[in-house]
Amino acid sequence: MPTVSVNKKQLFELLGKEYTNEEFDELCFQFGIELDEDTTEEALKNNEEPELKIDIGANRYDLLCIEGIAQSLNEYLGRSQTPNYKLLEPTTKLTIEASTEQIRPYAAAAILRNITFTEKSYASFIALQDKLHSNLCRNRTLVAMGTHDYDTIQGPFRYQALPPKDIKFVPLNQTKEFDAAELIEFYKQPEQKNNLGRFVHIIEDSPVFPVIKDANDVVCSLPPLINSEHSKISLDTRNVFIEITATDVTKAEIVLDQLLAMFSRYCDEEFTMEPVEIVSDHNGQSRTTPNLKQRQMEVSVDYINSALGLEQSPEEIAQCLKKMSLHAKPSASDSKTLEVSIPITRPDILHPCDIMEDAAVGYGFDNLPRGGKLSNANFIASALPINKISDIFRVASSQATWLEVLPLTLCSHDENFKFLRLEDDGKQVVKLANPKTLEYQVVRTSLLPGILKTVKENRKHSLPIKVFETGDVVFKNEKLERKAYNERHWGAIYAGKTSGFEIIQGLLGKVMQTFRTEWLPDYGSKSSSRGYWIEEDSSVATFFPGRGAKIMFRSQEGEEPKKIGHLGVLHPEVMNNFDIPYAASYVELNAEVFL
Amino acid sequence: MSKFQLEILQKLSDLNEINSTLQCFPAVDPQDVLSALNSLKAHAKLNYTKKDILYYDLSSEGQDILANGSHEMKLLQLVKELGKLQIKDVGAKLGPNGKVGQARAFKNGWIIKNKDNELEVSEKVTETPEDETKLLLAKILEGQDSSIDAKTLADLKKRKLIVPRKQTDFSVTKGDDFSLELTKLETEITSEMIVNGSYKDCKFKPYNFNSEGVDVQSGALHPLSKVREEFRQIFFSMGFSEMPANQYVETGFWNFDALYVPQQHPARDLQDTFYIKDPLTSDLPEDKTYMNNIKAVHENGKFDSIGYRYNWKEAECQKLVLRTHSTAISAAMLHQLAKDPKPTRLFSIDRVFRNEAVDATHLAEFHQVEGVLADYNITLGDLINFMEEFFAKMGVTGLRFKPTYNPYTEPSMEIFSWHEGLHKWVEIGNSGMFRPEMLESMGLPRGLRVLGWGLSLERPTMIKYKVQNIRELLGHKVSLDFIETNPAARLDEDLYD
Repeated sequence: MPTVSVNKKQLFELLGKEYTNEEFDELCFQFGIELDEDTTEEALKNNEEPELKIDIGANRYDLLCIEGIAQSLNEYLGRSQTPNYKLLEPTTKLTIEASTEQIRPYAAAAILRNITFTEKSYASFIALQDKLHSNLCRNRTLVAMGTHDYDTIQGPFRYQALPPKDIKFVPLNQTKEFDAAELIEFYKQPEQKNNLGRFVHIIEDSPVFPVIKDANDVVCSLPPLINSEHSKISLDTRNVFIEITATDVTKAEIVLDQLLAMFSRYCDEEFTMEPVEIVSDHNGQSRTTPNLKQRQMEVSVDYINSALGLEQSPEEIAQCLKKMSLHAKPSASDSKTLEVSIPITRPDILHPCDIMEDAAVGYGFDNLPRGGKLSNANFIASALPINKISDIFRVASSQATWLEVLPLTLCSHDENFKFLRLEDDGKQVVKLANPKTLEYQVVRTSLLPGILKTVKENRKHSLPIKVFETGDVVFKNEKLERKAYNERHWGAIYAGKTSGFEIIQGLLGKVMQTFRTEWLPDYGSKSSSRGYWIEEDSSVATFFPGRGAKIMFRSQEGEEPKKIGHLGVLHPEVMNNFDIPYAASYVELNAEVFL
Repeated sequence: MSKFQLEILQKLSDLNEINSTLQCFPAVDPQDVLSALNSLKAHAKLNYTKKDILYYDLSSEGQDILANGSHEMKLLQLVKELGKLQIKDVGAKLGPNGKVGQARAFKNGWIIKNKDNELEVSEKVTETPEDETKLLLAKILEGQDSSIDAKTLADLKKRKLIVPRKQTDFSVTKGDDFSLELTKLETEITSEMIVNGSYKDCKFKPYNFNSEGVDVQSGALHPLSKVREEFRQIFFSMGFSEMPANQYVETGFWNFDALYVPQQHPARDLQDTFYIKDPLTSDLPEDKTYMNNIKAVHENGKFDSIGYRYNWKEAECQKLVLRTHSTAISAAMLHQLAKDPKPTRLFSIDRVFRNEAVDATHLAEFHQVEGVLADYNITLGDLINFMEEFFAKMGVTGLRFKPTYNPYTEPSMEIFSWHEGLHKWVEIGNSGMFRPEMLESMGLPRGLRVLGWGLSLERPTMIKYKVQNIRELLGHKVSLDFIETNPAARLDEDLYD
């Protein structure tokens, strides 16, 4: 959720009221934004102007600057109307060349004429571009914008893609000329790492870079990296040329629309803007930008009323929508349908349900009728079977005086294999591509790593340490749509001065008995009934040689017995790998066999 | 009964009460007196009160003064003997205490100094004066220090002639069961006594009830699973069935695309989501009509939606992730519901994964509690009402609902409750009505509206049980003592102070 910092005094001036924090908090709450912080206290100490930090919805690009927040809140409060944005006659054009298809195929442009910046509005103009770049533009990968002093350049403009060596200019805030290849190296230096260095990857590996030039071949910008020093804007700039380049044409227009909607208010003739003719015949994208034509969406009055539990007239709904900058009137052909015009500031409206929500916000969530009580009577609840099995394991283990632990599912590759003296055959474990730490490299295939880590952290606890977990491990399976599946396991450890194998064996017996499964002597050979036994098994190197066994389970009379898990004395190397100075025995089995 | 115990009882019998054991049994160590008294008291033979007696003992210097006279007296006698004494020779004749004696002899007016710096006996001294220091010390040794004023005592203490000492004394009276004999007290009622009836004749040692019992050996369930069980019971009581949420690996399709999260959405960033490199690619969803609906809804819009208008890529939806929310499972369940659409209630409480930096309130994995309710023509007011009913069952009332944004629900509402302890509104969950274009893509009928809400399991547990650090709750850093001693989870129990 983006956070926008606005000047407190300026915002309250724009809203025409000196709000207390409680009042402003309440206004935000009702409107659907959130007052995150008021810096007044801090600012007074540092002799700065207090700011309000406001969290806004991730789809409201029109609220990313103070101009937009004040405009929307004023409309919500009924203090102001949605501006009537107007286009001037186009005077110049931007030609997109086919070469851009290789790297960044779309562009849009417009001019703000006779604008007057103040220090505050200029700072806001720069900050909005930053916010858009990092949010909607996905760090300039999808869209990048450049703003220029129009009086230093001359249309018509060309947008093309050229080999880096052929692009030469003095970039913004530099004094010497670079070619684009040099510039890439310059921005890759460590001191630029957190600045423009972040965006180098977008074009770096391409044989051609995008470039915008004016009629005299003056380089205006190297999108999405940097503008030229030549066309730099300042507080005194009166005419601003805005160019947008993009890989996503929808978002390019949204970005252009927001910049124009927010800052055309500072033009001599309020809310006017000069469009630019975009020539892009090779991909059928020739048009004039911006397109101020308001979107129309039809929405059924009955739909809104039924979703909100209201019986409002079309006019009443229109009143609610007006507070949210949406302008509705009953359709000429059908009085039960509202025709809603959606201003360029509201690209978040995608479906009548978005209009329905705004009708609800306009009406006030607090004022909505609470609805009749939904009856619980017609629904028969049931637990997930495997969770019932888990509960039986959990209750039996805790009754047997074991403590339940809940370690993490993710662990390091070593913890899942090497530390347990196991090899990764590449067939079982799910591996993560982008973990932030080495702690999370794989999804566990056994409960043991987490249990051992828990014992390690609790070494000081009185001995013996007896803990168990009932949880999921994950295995790969190529046959499944999701290529992996969870398996519910139960694992328990006894750690102390001695290994306590017979105690873990006893716990296994207790749990088996809970599942109506008796121990069968002579490895199940004398009986063909349901039951379990353990057999020496040297296949798991986690256990000390000669002290590891597999658990065999025959689910019903005459069935083929199958291996459902292991138990044994943990190998001393395993204990050392996890820094545990004790001997231990461990049992783990697949709980799903009891389903 | 020891000989000394008998001696005490005998004395008590003779005197009726003992005022001071110190006086009666001066040779016995007070510790031994105490243990004998305790033992007798346990048998109700006697009662006693303890008092600490402060007294003074003479230091070795004090003892020397008592035997040989004070330093000033020694000096006076020396000067008398010699007639005159050079001041510088005082130390040589009387040692280091000579100077002390000189000062006090001056103070007493016993000696004077002549012009040649010699000491002479004062004319006022006609006969040998009383040695007051020695007399005081004699009095103290006899225990008559109460007749000496505090200032003088303090002075003697300062001069290190006397040392304060403490002694424990007891006064003893007869107990309820006073006698000169002692019967043995039993500590336990034994099975034998019950069988042979001997308990009737036994005397039992009194219990000390001001005590805790011995620790019992016990197992315990983890606090989070206890809270989880509370939530499950709330869901069951409201007719919700548990979803098969045991599937951590998800496809981009079910985790994002199905939920109308566009393919360039920040939630799909490497920064936020764990992607999987092995296995690398999922199959496409089996239901191709559904997939094509999703593609259309994202790309150009469908079902009254204008869509996000971008090129939707199959490859992106085939990326495998660790599910970032259990709503991925809800989506699959709702897709199944489309085969036989009807009012339905489902819930899950299971793990979800976020590629976040770990701190006191964030872990890379945590539990999400999620409810889904489908019914015909339900309203936003129904959702609000239902949330109030749901949260009331966990003891949370007075909810407020704030409009918010969520890619797959519209309207979306954050749920706030007033926290008495923190004294502010805290967000306790998120809720909304699933977007129609998401549901209609699945084939669900238009009138069937679906409410969804979710919250984390850890957050209410942390608030309820005042756990500050999530790492001390979930994961291997949990303390086993904490698990062992954690009380039963009762969400309806009001814990605010």
